[in-house]
Amino acid sequence: MHELPVTENILKVVLRHAEEAKAGKVISVSLRIGELSDVIDEWLQRYFDYLSKGTLAEGAALRVERVPVVFRCEGCGESFHVNIREVKDIVCPACGGGKATFISGREFFIKNIEVI
Amino acid sequence: MADIRLIEIKEDILADNDKVAEEIRERLRSRQVFMLNLMASPGGGKTSLIIETLRGLKDVLRSAVIEGDIDSVVDAEKVVQEGIPAVQLRTGGACHLDAVMVEMALREMDLYALDLIIIENIGNLVCPAEFDTGAVKKAMILSVPEGDDKPLKYPLMFTVCDALVVNKIDYLAMADFDMKVLKERVLKLNPKIRIFEVSCKTGEGIPAWIQWIRDEVANFKK
Repeated sequence: MHELPVTENILKVVLRHAEEAKAGKVISVSLRIGELSDVIDEWLQRYFDYLSKGTLAEGAALRVERVPVVFRCEGCGESFHVNIREVKDIVCPACGGGKATFISGREFFIKNIEVI
Repeated sequence: MADIRLIEIKEDILADNDKVAEEIRERLRSRQVFMLNLMASPGGGKTSLIIETLRGLKDVLRSAVIEGDIDSVVDAEKVVQEGIPAVQLRTGGACHLDAVMVEMALREMDLYALDLIIIENIGNLVCPAEFDTGAVKKAMILSVPEGDDKPLKYPLMFTVCDALVVNKIDYLAMADFDMKVLKERVLKLNPKIRIFEVSCKTGEGIPAWIQWIRDEVANFKK
């Protein structure tokens, strides 16, 4: 739902780095986004295509790496991936314990860009 | 053809917004104003909770409200009728408030004459979770009719908040809402979150919530 302002920010950061590097063109942008984030990759790309027209980043491909939601069991210490929107409850697959701590899945950053 | 070069960036996507949010927090700190970002679904009871809260605080704290609304001013009018100063931000379709918008609202306010600002964010459990507004603390409302499964559907919101207000507990008898299950789900995502069970209609639970705000404001001003 909020892909447009997110994409504006991505483009701003990308162009700043591309200009600093005196690049002629941006080929790709790699993003690392946690599974907890609701942004939809396809919309990011569409907005990016629209916003980047006439800039160094026109035509660049966005590559989104999704960081899985991981919990750690407080009972046995096992770290496990949770399909957060599909499960009814968060249960440790190793020991069946019900107490777990949230470890990762909220990442939201730009990793790198490829330029020529 | 020129070689492809890889430039490492490792920058947060919302770094610009986060920077403005930090500046807001610094300013609030120097002016000793506590700001709370209140988020919920449409109809969760944000305006009702704000009115109940500020009625309860009117003799102890000088308060104001920033009203985020997609395209109306009804909520701000309700708040102003209570004698509480309100600044309306009409986002014109945007689904959340960000730090830049809040900064615009703060410019309209006399920060030296305030102890507490509550931001009524746009009714939405998705987008507002991603954007730091510069508030000192974040709270959300989940109302009983929405269901106890919401932490699994909107997990990010539940992980970013400092407090959860479960509103409309007067509906519990009529709803398939398991408070124990809800709390277990929420605490797994966010073990530090404070949970308050309230009804803005009957007033049940409101004093404990108001006390939490008073304590937070007092801690902040220390």
